[in-house]
Amino acid sequence: MKKDILKIDNIKLNSRLIVGTGKYKNFKETAEAVRASGASMVTVAVRRVNILDKNKPVLMDYLNPKKIIYLPNTAGCFNSEDALRTLRLAREMGGWKLVKLEVLGDKTTLYPNMIETLKSTKILVKEGFKVMVYCSDDPIIAKQLEDLGASAIMPLASPIGSGRGIRNKLNLSIIINNSKVPVIVDAGIGTASDAAIAMELGCDGVLINTAIAKAKNPIVMAESMKYAVIAGRKSFLSGRIKAQKYGSASSPLEGLI
Amino acid sequence: MAKIQLNGKSIKINSNSCIKDLIKKFKLKENKIAIELNGVILPKKFYSTKKIKDKDNIEIVQFIGGG
Repeated sequence: MKKDILKIDNIKLNSRLIVGTGKYKNFKETAEAVRASGASMVTVAVRRVNILDKNKPVLMDYLNPKKIIYLPNTAGCFNSEDALRTLRLAREMGGWKLVKLEVLGDKTTLYPNMIETLKSTKILVKEGFKVMVYCSDDPIIAKQLEDLGASAIMPLASPIGSGRGIRNKLNLSIIINNSKVPVIVDAGIGTASDAAIAMELGCDGVLINTAIAKAKNPIVMAESMKYAVIAGRKSFLSGRIKAQKYGSASSPLEGLI
Repeated sequence: MAKIQLNGKSIKINSNSCIKDLIKKFKLKENKIAIELNGVILPKKFYSTKKIKDKDNIEIVQFIGGG
């Protein structure tokens, strides 16, 4: 079997697990969890520098962007204008072109605002960004994003940080079948089996933050997610057996005493 | 002295300072930040030449942990 590598816009990723870097106790824990997860890409947010505290540690001191791919995202943006501003600043920071677009529609559900998301995708692609797009699990919208030039489609499995797992396998399967660009399940993974299910459906990868960062032991959970993603992927590639109504004995009947 | 808004806070800085002076004053590292001057992104190559004017509104951002 040839090597199975995830490629997003010519960037090769050794792991199909992308890890978010929010909600950890401190940067040390973030770095340890990322290491344990085996991820080669992490999402990061853009925020104001704390000018009052000159000695405050910075993320880049713990996660070297030369060794791990930073995926700047627009978490916390509720309209296209803010999202575009954030990503233009991210690009200025160090040439990041591959970005994650996330335009939220509502503070309670954290569901994406797909009208603003579509609008932003169009502009970002035109400006030369390579855009991975957080989106609803609507197959029509997902196709529209791909047609607009998105580098990856990132449908939610359930609301961000909810840990509710895969709520709509059917929609995700349709999106996967229709898409020519990678499909990464973003949001909603609660535990390792959720990640495995996403991968067994045929997703190209998963993005996980809260399920790792807020686990009692984030480092061990990060490792667990690493193996779940590998297991799910291999299971998908190997082709599972057809589910049967009745039992089928594993041992031959011939020679039975 | 020039009175400016920096990340939403009012601060004073010597007249005739450039952006690079501001970066030094707050002990920031150029390669870890991006700057917006009056709502427009300021490319790094202008940090040492761009003078700060009274009432300028400056935003300095960095990457932090996020999902």
